[in-house]
Amino acid sequence: MLRYTVKRLLQLAVALLGLTLLLFAWFKALPGGPENRMLPDNATDQQREALRGALGLDEPIWTQYGEFLSRIVRLDFGSSLSSGRPVATELAERLPATIELSLTAIAIAIGVGIPLGYLAARKRGSWLDLGAVSSSLIGICIPVFFLAAMLKVVFAQNLGWLPTAFRLSPGTAYTEITGLRVLDGILTGEFDVAWDAVLHLVLPAVALASIPLAVITRITRASVLEVVGEDYVRTADAKGLKPAVIRGRHVMKNAMLPVVTVIGLLLGSLFSGAVLTESVFAFGGVGSFVYQATTERDYPALMGFILIIAVFYVVLNLIVDLSYGLLDPRVRVRS
Amino acid sequence: MTLAKIERLDRLVEAGAQARHAESGSLWRQSLRRMKRSPMAISGAIIVALFLLIAILGPWIAPYPATAQTWGDEVFLNRNVFPGPRAENWFGLDHLGRDMFSRMIVGARQTMLVGVVATLIGFAAGAVIGGVAAAAGTFGGRWGERIEAVIMRTVDIALAIPMLLLALSVAALLGPSLSTVMIAVGVAQIPIFARLLRGSMLAQAHSDYVLAAVSLGVRKRRIVLSHIFPNSLGPVIVQATLVLATAIIEAAALSYLGLGNPDPGTPEWGTMLADAQRFLSGAPQLAIYPAVGIIVTALGFTLLGEAMRESLDPRLRRQS
Repeated sequence: MLRYTVKRLLQLAVALLGLTLLLFAWFKALPGGPENRMLPDNATDQQREALRGALGLDEPIWTQYGEFLSRIVRLDFGSSLSSGRPVATELAERLPATIELSLTAIAIAIGVGIPLGYLAARKRGSWLDLGAVSSSLIGICIPVFFLAAMLKVVFAQNLGWLPTAFRLSPGTAYTEITGLRVLDGILTGEFDVAWDAVLHLVLPAVALASIPLAVITRITRASVLEVVGEDYVRTADAKGLKPAVIRGRHVMKNAMLPVVTVIGLLLGSLFSGAVLTESVFAFGGVGSFVYQATTERDYPALMGFILIIAVFYVVLNLIVDLSYGLLDPRVRVRS
Repeated sequence: MTLAKIERLDRLVEAGAQARHAESGSLWRQSLRRMKRSPMAISGAIIVALFLLIAILGPWIAPYPATAQTWGDEVFLNRNVFPGPRAENWFGLDHLGRDMFSRMIVGARQTMLVGVVATLIGFAAGAVIGGVAAAAGTFGGRWGERIEAVIMRTVDIALAIPMLLLALSVAALLGPSLSTVMIAVGVAQIPIFARLLRGSMLAQAHSDYVLAAVSLGVRKRRIVLSHIFPNSLGPVIVQATLVLATAIIEAAALSYLGLGNPDPGTPEWGTMLADAQRFLSGAPQLAIYPAVGIIVTALGFTLLGEAMRESLDPRLRRQS
């Protein structure tokens, strides 16, 4: 296990280094180059040269890459072209909102998906099963931003049950501790703030949960079906174990392995969905920031975002792989 | 890198190889026979066939020209007046007084093009990368193995980048247009195809007919190109069908992010859906038509792909 962990950590380092190379190449290949973005259109060639020198763009390419790398390690992604503030600060301010939204979405997906998938497998061929399978198929086919927009129109604008945008009602007094507003509200005892934050979370979280929910339901169903057919389940049944024990110890425990993997993968891809969902609900998270950065071609902001998400994603995969080893003795033996 | 993702791909490859070993006769014919009995496959095939038919015949069967603002004086944006379905315009009018029904029919072609071109880009580049890696690893000796290792580690890194991010980066390089969307979505698929084809080719490389060809002295290039490669395509084609669905959905998302076609005149479902978001509270139908089009089409390709996967995978077949 230790050897495996070390090996994976080394692979992680190489992967991240490769990623910075890719990002550097991407950044160098951007049209126009930063000097044209930062100067007015009527700038003279002298001014351009001066700025290139100041930015270090006339240095040899490996010096530039070294500089790039050392800046990334210091989390210095430069300033956002649209706001002029450091990208790292902008991202740090918005990260809690995205984390809160993503965690809520994945919690919904897990809380509904696993029981639904399990029930669908238990009552295989029933209407419940058919409904679960077909709605999960449709779930992965609905564009996330369309679902988010429709939820907003129906439940916020037409029915007026839930707020249309933002994380809190305008003018709400609020004490910040972690940046996760529901948690903060509970910690400070401001339960009205926490409830307000929950109401604002419902629609975006449901929209964001649609794809993970569909995937988790399907994987759980397939996995439970596979495990139920195993010999050891029949053996357990034959020796007279209580159905509840078989379900808990033999079926669910083994069926959860692929589900855990998939949840890990989904957490990473949730950020893509968050970009779209947050922009619909003006949620003020990283997603809204990236939406703006994309439409305004704010390259430093995009680069910072891509790097952070990629690191997050790669680390997450490592954790999933390692936890897989912990959960499944067979993986440990093989490695 | 993403061990689980890789294992899933490898399983698909293995399944293809196993199915081939387990049963005699043509694998494709057997799969086809199984698929004919599956309601999933049939409904998927019907949807896909209908979509392709509309996409090909679109401009000829649409009742009106798709770009003509024929009823422009009946639409009032500021008062939210969008005439709905009526005898002459089955789906009503869009925000510029164009016939929605005609736009949907004509738009199918561009939508199909986006999906097919994106998938082809991913498939072609992925096939070259995966094919070279597999060929080098099998026949290239020690150096070949090193080349294969380098290629596959790079692919693994790329596999770890979320698709939308990859697409965003490509789109940032090329500026907004429909071809940007195709390239962006296609590039994001390259690592998956590369991984899949390499696995599939390696599985083939150990089969008896390759050994026979080697001992007969057939040239290596010929073995790779006309023996191994054609026999490794099964799982890749299944994946391509599933990718087509994803490509259409992702293309719509990129259009929504403002990276798609800057000229909203040419009808394309993703662009239409993104464009309609502006009028969502007043005229949700403008978004619903293209959205339903996209969802149903993606569903069709997904059903077909899943059914094909099931008919290839003996383990999955037992389950459902």
